[in-house]
Amino acid sequence: MPINQQTAAAYDSDLFGPGGANYAGERAKQGLPSTSAKRLAKGLGWFSVGLGLAELLAPRAIANISGVSNTHTGLIRLYGARELASGIAIFAQEKPTEAVWARVAGDALDLVSLGVAGTSSNAKLGRVAFATANVLAVTALDVICAMQLSNGSQGIHARATCIVNRAPEEVYNFWRDFQNLPRFMRHLESVEDLGDGRSHWTVKGPAGTTVEWEATMIADVPGEVITWRSLENSDVDHAGAVRFERAAGGRGTIVKVNLNYAPVAGVIGATIAKLFGEEPEQQLDDDLRRFKQVMEVGEVVVSEATLLGTGYFAQRPGRPAAASELEDAEMLPSQTATNYGSEGGTMRR
Amino acid sequence: MRANCWYGKTTMRVEDVPDPQILNQRDAIIKISSTAICGSDLHLYNGFIPTMQKGDILGHEFMGEVVEVGREVHNLKAGDRVVVPFPIACGNCFFCKEQMFSLCENSNPNAWMAEKMFGHSPAGLFGYSHLTGGYAGGQAEYARVPFADVGPIKVPDHLTDEQVLFLSDIFPTGYMGAEMCNIKPGDTIAIWGCGPVGQFSIRSAFLLGAERVIAIDEVHERLQMAEQGGAETINYREQNVYEALMEMTGGRGPDACIDDVGLEAHAPGIIEAYDRVKQAMMLESDRPHALREAIMCCRNGGTISVIGVYGGFIDKFPMGSVMNRSLTIKTGQAHVQRYMRPLLQMIENGAIDPSFVVTHTMSLDDAPRAYEMFKNKDDNCIKVVLKPDWIGNGNGNGTIH
Repeated sequence: MPINQQTAAAYDSDLFGPGGANYAGERAKQGLPSTSAKRLAKGLGWFSVGLGLAELLAPRAIANISGVSNTHTGLIRLYGARELASGIAIFAQEKPTEAVWARVAGDALDLVSLGVAGTSSNAKLGRVAFATANVLAVTALDVICAMQLSNGSQGIHARATCIVNRAPEEVYNFWRDFQNLPRFMRHLESVEDLGDGRSHWTVKGPAGTTVEWEATMIADVPGEVITWRSLENSDVDHAGAVRFERAAGGRGTIVKVNLNYAPVAGVIGATIAKLFGEEPEQQLDDDLRRFKQVMEVGEVVVSEATLLGTGYFAQRPGRPAAASELEDAEMLPSQTATNYGSEGGTMRR
Repeated sequence: MRANCWYGKTTMRVEDVPDPQILNQRDAIIKISSTAICGSDLHLYNGFIPTMQKGDILGHEFMGEVVEVGREVHNLKAGDRVVVPFPIACGNCFFCKEQMFSLCENSNPNAWMAEKMFGHSPAGLFGYSHLTGGYAGGQAEYARVPFADVGPIKVPDHLTDEQVLFLSDIFPTGYMGAEMCNIKPGDTIAIWGCGPVGQFSIRSAFLLGAERVIAIDEVHERLQMAEQGGAETINYREQNVYEALMEMTGGRGPDACIDDVGLEAHAPGIIEAYDRVKQAMMLESDRPHALREAIMCCRNGGTISVIGVYGGFIDKFPMGSVMNRSLTIKTGQAHVQRYMRPLLQMIENGAIDPSFVVTHTMSLDDAPRAYEMFKNKDDNCIKVVLKPDWIGNGNGNGTIH
C-alpha cells in the first residue's frame, strides 16, 4: 500500500506540479483564483482603502487635486465611504470577484461625476482631465482583474473520493475503458478510444455547442492508478488522475479522483467554466456517486425529482413526468431513455 | 392517475398526474390497493421537513398489485400482490449487505442535500421530501417502486390488506423500536407516544419478552388502545410522568425507554411553550420533549430507543444524564426489509393482527380531509387507510367499489 501511494503521488506531481494532486485539490477546495489576479485584487484593495480614507478625511484636498469645486465635499466624503467599503470587501473575501466588479461600477460613477464637474464654471479643466485620466487607468486595471477573477480564467480544479463495494481490479477495469466515463460524468458527451492510450473527448457546451480535445494516457498501473492529460496543442489543457486503493477490511475500493482544467481564454474557457459552475467539487462528488451506482447497482439511479439533474435548481416535483417534460433530460438511464414517457391520463393494463 | 400532492403547509390536493413509468431496470409499477397516512407524514403536512416542493406526491405506506416490471426484476411478475417497504434499498452496497437497509448508499440521488444537513446521507424514501431522494410517494393510484427485486414482499391472498399493509412501515418501525431495547425477561419498558407506531412498540415489547409495558400519551382513545394491548398507561396531562414512573418502578426507573414521538412533541405547561418558541424562531428545528423526559426517567445503565422521527437540531439535550448514568442510545429509521418476512410469519401464525390499529378507511380522493382528521385526532382518529377505489361517506365508513 505505501509503495502504491508513493507511485501514485509521483504521477500526480508530474501532472499537477509540486505537491501533486493534493496541491491542486487544496487550492480548488479553497476556491483560490490564480495568484496574479489575486495579487492585483489585493493591490486594488489597498488603493481603495487609501483613496477612501483621503476622500473621507481630506475632501477639500481631493477636490483641489481633481480640480472640482469645493462645494462638493459632501459628495466626495460619500464616495470615500464607498471606496473604503469596497476595499474592505476585497480583503474580506478569499476570491473577491463581486467586490472588484463593485469597484468597476464605482469607477463608472466617478467618471460620470468628473464629467458633470467638468461642465461647472468653478472647475479647473486641466486638473479634471488629469483626474479623469487617472480614474480611467484604474478602471482598466479593475476590469482586467474582475474579468480574470470571474471568467473561469483561473481554471478548474476538483478532487473527490468515494468507496465502491467492488475489488480494485474491477473498478480499475471499468474506469480504464474511458468510453464508460460519460455514463456517470454529466458534462461528458463522449470519450472515444483511439488506441495506443489516446482518446478523443467531447464535452457538452451550452446551446448544443461542444468542446473537443485529444488526450493521452500518462500512467496506467492496473488496479492502482490511471492518469491522463490532453495533447499539447489542444484547445483545452486538461489533466486527470484516478487512484484505486483497497479499502480496509476488504470492504471494496477507495476511489480518489483529481481533475484539472488549466486556464483558457475566450469562448472555450467560458464554456468550461460554465459547465462546472460555482462548485466543481460538488459536481465531481455527484459524478462519483453515479459511478458508485453504476458499479454496484448497474445503472444510474433516478427519482422523479432528479430526472432533469440532481442540482438544487434542476429539481422537479416528486411525481411522474410527462414525456414532454423530459426533452431536456441530460442523463436518463441508458436503456430506458428512448421509450420513456406517456402524456398522463389513466393507466389501464 | 389520481395522486395526493403536497402544496405547502397543511395544503394537500388530490389531482391528475402522469402515470408512473419504468425508469430503472430494477423498477416495478404497482397498482395500489391500500395506502396509509403515517404520523411522520404529519411532519411534512405541518411544514417541519425542509426541501419539499409543491406538487410532491406523499405516502410511504402502500401495497397493491404488480402491473409491470423492469428487465432486471426476476422475482416478481404482473399480478403478484405485494407490500412495499418505505426505505428504498439497492441490496448491493455495504449497508444493504449489513441488513441496514435504511442506510442504503445508492438509493438517494439527492444525497448531497442530506450530506449538507446530516453529514452523511441515509437511504432514499418514498414521498418524503427531496432530501431523501424526491421519489413520488404511494398516496396515488400507481407507484413506481425502485429495486423491486429487493424491497417488496409477496403476501398470501387469505390475509386482508389491513392485516399486511403495515409491514410497509409502522409494524417493523414499532418492532425495531422495541428490539433496540435489547429486552430481557422481566424487563419493564416505558413507551412515549401511543400513536400507531407506539401501539406496535407496545405489542412488540411483549412479543420480545417484556414483563411490563408502560405507555404515555394524552389522547384517551390511544391510551385505551394501549391498555387493550396489555400496557399500563400514564396520561401526561393528568400525572407527572417522572413521578408516576418512579412510583411504578420503586424509584429505579424503566429498563428501557422508547421515544415513539419524535420532533413534534407536546408537553404540559411551559416546556412546550419554550420549545415551540425556539422552533418558530428556527433556533431549534425539533421539539424534543419526549426524548428529554425518556432520558431522565430511564434507569441507570438502561437503553433509550429513538424510533420517532427527528429532522434537525434540538436544544437542552441532557447529555450529563446520559453519560454519568451509562445510558445507551439506539436510533434509526427502520430497516424494514430486515423485518418484513419474520413479521409476516407472526401475522400468519396469529401472534398479532395489525388491523387493530385502523380506525378510518377513506377514498384516496378524501386524502386532504383525512390528513386534517388525523392531525386533529377528530372522530377518535388513530390510523387512516386510503383506497383509490373506495366508495364511502367521507367519514371513514364505506365499501370497496
